[in-house]
Amino acid sequence: MSVIIILLTVSISVAAAFLLAFLWSVKRGQYDDEKGPAIRMLFDNTAINKDALSEPENKLH
Amino acid sequence: MLHQTILSPNPAATMQPDKFYYDNETVKLFTYATLFWGVVGMLGGLLAAIQMYHPAANLGNEYTSFGRVRPVHTNAVIFAFVGNGIFMGVYYSLQRLCKARMFNDVLSKIHFWGWQLIIVCGAASLLLGYTTGKEYAELEWPIDIAITLVWVVFGVNMFGTIIKRRESHLYVAIWFYIGTWVTVAMLHIVNSVELPFSWFKSYSWYAGVQDALVQWWYGHNAVAFFLTTPYLGLMYYFLPKAANRPVYSYRLSIIHFWALIFIYIWAGPHHLLYTALPDWAQSLGVVFSIMLIAPSWGGMLNGLFTLRGAWDKVREEPVLKFLVVAVTCYGMATFEGPMLSLKNVNAIAHFTDWIVAHVHIGALGWNGFLTFGVIYWIIPKIFNTPLYSVKLANRHFWIGTIGIVVYTVPLYWAGFAQAMMWKQFTEEGQLKFQFLETVTHIVPMYVTRSIGGTMYLSGVFIMVYNIYKTVKAGKLVANEYAEAPPLPKDIVTHGKQHWHRWIERRPMQLMVFSLIAVAIGGLLEMIPMFLVKTNIPTITSVKPYTPLELQGRDIYVREGCYTCHSQMVRPFRDEVARYGEYSKAGEFIYDHPFQWGSKRTGPDLARIGGKYPDSWHYNHMLEPQSMSPGSIMPAYSWLFDNKIDTAVTPAKIRAMQKMGVPYPQGFDIAANADLLAQAKRIKDNLHKDKLEVAANAEILALIAYLQRMGTDIKLAVKQTSDTTKSY
Repeated sequence: MSVIIILLTVSISVAAAFLLAFLWSVKRGQYDDEKGPAIRMLFDNTAINKDALSEPENKLH
Repeated sequence: MLHQTILSPNPAATMQPDKFYYDNETVKLFTYATLFWGVVGMLGGLLAAIQMYHPAANLGNEYTSFGRVRPVHTNAVIFAFVGNGIFMGVYYSLQRLCKARMFNDVLSKIHFWGWQLIIVCGAASLLLGYTTGKEYAELEWPIDIAITLVWVVFGVNMFGTIIKRRESHLYVAIWFYIGTWVTVAMLHIVNSVELPFSWFKSYSWYAGVQDALVQWWYGHNAVAFFLTTPYLGLMYYFLPKAANRPVYSYRLSIIHFWALIFIYIWAGPHHLLYTALPDWAQSLGVVFSIMLIAPSWGGMLNGLFTLRGAWDKVREEPVLKFLVVAVTCYGMATFEGPMLSLKNVNAIAHFTDWIVAHVHIGALGWNGFLTFGVIYWIIPKIFNTPLYSVKLANRHFWIGTIGIVVYTVPLYWAGFAQAMMWKQFTEEGQLKFQFLETVTHIVPMYVTRSIGGTMYLSGVFIMVYNIYKTVKAGKLVANEYAEAPPLPKDIVTHGKQHWHRWIERRPMQLMVFSLIAVAIGGLLEMIPMFLVKTNIPTITSVKPYTPLELQGRDIYVREGCYTCHSQMVRPFRDEVARYGEYSKAGEFIYDHPFQWGSKRTGPDLARIGGKYPDSWHYNHMLEPQSMSPGSIMPAYSWLFDNKIDTAVTPAKIRAMQKMGVPYPQGFDIAANADLLAQAKRIKDNLHKDKLEVAANAEILALIAYLQRMGTDIKLAVKQTSDTTKSY
């Protein structure tokens, strides 16, 4: 079952990458605020300027 | 004050806001593609479902026979319908969550058209019979490479957007998208390691039990990371949006994400319970599968509780109706999954239609309904017009929901009934039912299932009409204006610029670096494979296939026989009585790819060799009902006209040698002579029964393979008893 070694290696390295990502996100303060993000995502900031809603010619990046 | 903090968490909010535009054009394209491929994939499913009780519905030709249509159906629904659905939802939500336009418009275009090209090539190649024979990974090697490239493009575009975002917090949906991208990339690469022997065909690098483990590690995680995690991301975006209230518990959603991705990846072996896979690997799969209930149900409840106190909105808003049923189906499927992973439940359900019902709760309910909800949400938004008809959307909802019930309930019934019939013995200790009796018994359920599927599909047609009218009434806001304060530059570093700032400004370099990173990852995965030696217990009497048998096996793979027949006798009394000695790991060491199958619409074939004369197989393949009255197997008339492609025999033998199959040196040259000699023996054999066939007809190769299957181990028994006698 040598293939199990490959699968374990690959799976563990991905899991390790996810663990690092998790630690990074905690350290970065991603989860310091447990209420705000859920509320902020409800606002799109798109309707602020209704006149400028559609500007097909003006392709901005 | 609190209110203000929540809305503008960073001090830069007072700065002049950036003005920018969201790309809705790409979202629109992915939405249309989702609708189109949804219809195509479901029509394919309906065709396959009808063939299960009316085999003549295969239209009598090879391209539309069940074994080819079924992979087209599964691939189209998973990678075309849900795949485009993922991209539609990600391209819409990621921009708004990051407060930034997608990273690069050209990459968006390449991503969209590249993916559609892959789908078209995939469908065409499957119908033409180019398949790897590994479920949900059937596409051949050139398409595998194309998938990898387009996936990288998607990744660069997504990570580029994340890097240039104007919102420092990564909302939980984005985490689900990231987890999806990383894991799918890895799964696809590891499972697609194959050795090409021609421009369109290859053999899986792994063999037998090893191939099975890799395949189901992939297969289960395809469900987990293609059908589940991206859609959970969509749920966490579109459900709060549609209900216009924050998710019930943001903390729970974060726990849901991290717990889910850490546990999911280990659950694959539950697809191989009671097979020749080592017991400890099976148990590992079971344990992690049971643990999965916790995060899955946490996520489901989080979704449903978001609607607390807002259930009146569900009555009014079709989008919410679809999302609620989707999340409920997610809950049902993720409860049923762990239950099916219990060995005692799996012993009953595996190989039956129970599993088909289970996956369709997920596919029709969770993926389908969530996709519909998202489309009903997105189209009016980007076309800046209300939905054409709420009434039609409600009709779609009800006919779809009832369709799911009419589809799944008969299949649960069929699966349970058939498993019980398989396992019944008479008082004298004989099997009570012939296999065929257990099939004819459940045919009415197959009919009902296709009615449920038709209802579900007609709901989709209603949606297509509704969306068409909505699009007609509105005008696409191709570039949607938005503004947001920029992120302060010194976000993490202390005085210095963030280390990857320089690369963010250079998209081409970023892409090159990403490719290098992916290539290194691929190499790291490949190298151990060349270094490690297999240690499967070998059985000395198990020998490589003859060239004719190998060709026959490739025909078996090409025709998708594995979609209805397993090659795995589990160690149960009824299976040993019905099929013979249970399967051993050592029997499959030359099987590139393994063909254990996951469904027994027809009987297991692991020990079919020598059970019937050549003439029986000849007649059975030509007209199955003449040998087994009432059989639902289609006829394979083209095998009698098609010639064996002997030109590739040497290449096939060489490929096998490269993978360690012990053919003698130089055998590739001699292989065709061997092939023709064996074909002649079978032809002569058939001639004795007054059956005539061309000397190089494909049917001869298939008969050779069928007659070989599972016989090597009988030889071992015979040898042992011979030696005993001589003592």
